[in-house]
Amino acid sequence: MTLLDFNTGKMLKEKAAELRRHIIVMNCYAGSGHPGGALSAVEIITSLFHDEMNFTVANKNSPSRDRFVLSKGHACMALYGALAQCGFISTDEFKGLRQIGGKLQGHPDMQKTTGVEFNSGSLGHGLSFALGVALGAKFKREKFRVYTLLGDGELNEGQVWEAFMFGAHYQLDNLVAIIDHNKLQSDAECDKVTALSPLLDKLTAFGWNVIEIDGHDFSAISAALYTARRAKKRPTVIVANTIKGKGISFMENVPKWHGSLAPEGEEREIALKECGYEGGDL
Amino acid sequence: MISMRDAFGQALVELGKIRNDFVVLDADVAGGTGTLPFREAFPNRFIQCGIAEQNMVSMAAGFSTSGLIPIVTCYSVFASMRAIEQARNSVAYPKFNVKIIASHVGLDVGPDGPSHQAMEDLAIFRSIPNFRVVSPADPTELKKALPSILSSDGPVYMRTGRSPLPTIFDEDIGFRIGKAMIVRDGVDCTIIAVGVMVARALVAAGELEADGIKCRVVNMSTIKPIDMAVIKDSAEKTGAIVTAEDHNIIGGLGGAVAEVLGEICPVPMQRVGIKDRFAESGDPEALATKYGLDSRTIKAAVLRVIKRKKS
Repeated sequence: MTLLDFNTGKMLKEKAAELRRHIIVMNCYAGSGHPGGALSAVEIITSLFHDEMNFTVANKNSPSRDRFVLSKGHACMALYGALAQCGFISTDEFKGLRQIGGKLQGHPDMQKTTGVEFNSGSLGHGLSFALGVALGAKFKREKFRVYTLLGDGELNEGQVWEAFMFGAHYQLDNLVAIIDHNKLQSDAECDKVTALSPLLDKLTAFGWNVIEIDGHDFSAISAALYTARRAKKRPTVIVANTIKGKGISFMENVPKWHGSLAPEGEEREIALKECGYEGGDL
Repeated sequence: MISMRDAFGQALVELGKIRNDFVVLDADVAGGTGTLPFREAFPNRFIQCGIAEQNMVSMAAGFSTSGLIPIVTCYSVFASMRAIEQARNSVAYPKFNVKIIASHVGLDVGPDGPSHQAMEDLAIFRSIPNFRVVSPADPTELKKALPSILSSDGPVYMRTGRSPLPTIFDEDIGFRIGKAMIVRDGVDCTIIAVGVMVARALVAAGELEADGIKCRVVNMSTIKPIDMAVIKDSAEKTGAIVTAEDHNIIGGLGGAVAEVLGEICPVPMQRVGIKDRFAESGDPEALATKYGLDSRTIKAAVLRVIKRKKS
């Protein structure tokens, strides 16, 4: 069964293709950045911003808005692209990414970039921050939901496991953590760096409502988010199996495209072509 | 005599009765930090975070977006070192309204020993942008400081303390962040002290007066932003400065005062503090004597700095 109607699915696919273009264009402008983990998160972020969340330019300061916390802050090109699609920022800002005086910092900065909820970039902080937002909502009897996106390499951080204990203890069913499980971190495969497996067993043991999906399948993402809404007294963690560098052939599953770097020369041409960029010289 | 942590606990309960805009976060040390009375009085405004200070600090940042003010409480070693990167990146950089209030500071910790005797916290927190750093001198000042820092938007780190302390101030004492207080005036030297050292500085000043030396004593209860006007005035009027802190001699009050003196009004100065070494378990007063934090050490520093002034 799919919960996505045909038109929504089509719209999401178009938005995702555009977001990939935004990421590659931004990356080429900046000459550095973290394309691999931004590309793996495209469908997840697209689904959240264009289907799931009640978060718009109109309600961006409302206490009742849904919140998105990018815990894997290095994937900020995906967030910036989505914010541009939703009208929070202009695509003109892309040129200033990682540049002095620009609004788009190398990692998210809520004071500089409209629509950013937290200054992430230091791995492990975002889940804790999101738990605090979710707990604050319970105190204030607000009904909004909190979404946070973590990297799988980020799970090396001990703070994350402190946070998993805390979330289960306080039964924060208004929070969904999504793990962008692309299996690679900066240096190599996650399981080669330090044993991450068995991930699902670990998360289940920590008392969370665990859902595993294909993180590039909109129907699966949508269904998981729907299921999460129905989980009571438990926070949900969605393990989204993804491909690092997804959509750009030479980046897929290659650790070095974690970053920080940007494609150059022939690779730059290939990347621009594969993401469907037709805007002429950058 | 009551301890700063007990004064803190009482102040929390009193404030809790008239304000409902704050909650208290704890890392399984409520007995140690003095927050137990608040937990008993307001169980629904007390958030147990477990022995997980890093999650507690980042979580507090998120919680503050609700408009409620989280008061993070734990021992200073963990607030200022274990979770300092969370304080920097989750709290200070985005400038969230989080108050971190820590007990167990300096040799005042006593028998728990060096692992718990935080002597770097003032130096660390004052080097982080957006953090203001406060360390009251007695229970009365602490009770005045607490509502003041709660009403002042943005990150604050405040020291309490573990041992019973003499009361220095009357109930009508005022408190403003960034405003130092001249507790006693004199013309020969100024002792700028913080926390437990203010009472010791007053003892030293009293004894020196018997020898004909008149000391000004300044309670520098805000380390950052430091009250430059009072430091400048003291340098100009007394010509010599001694700083006194229950903290490492590097980077804390002495460092902050030296920065001001060096740039705007150089005069001879001496620092009293822990001499860049780990101490040991023991009674706080005995440790103060052994490690050079007592009134006798302050007196000796005053005599030395006055000698330098004359030469």
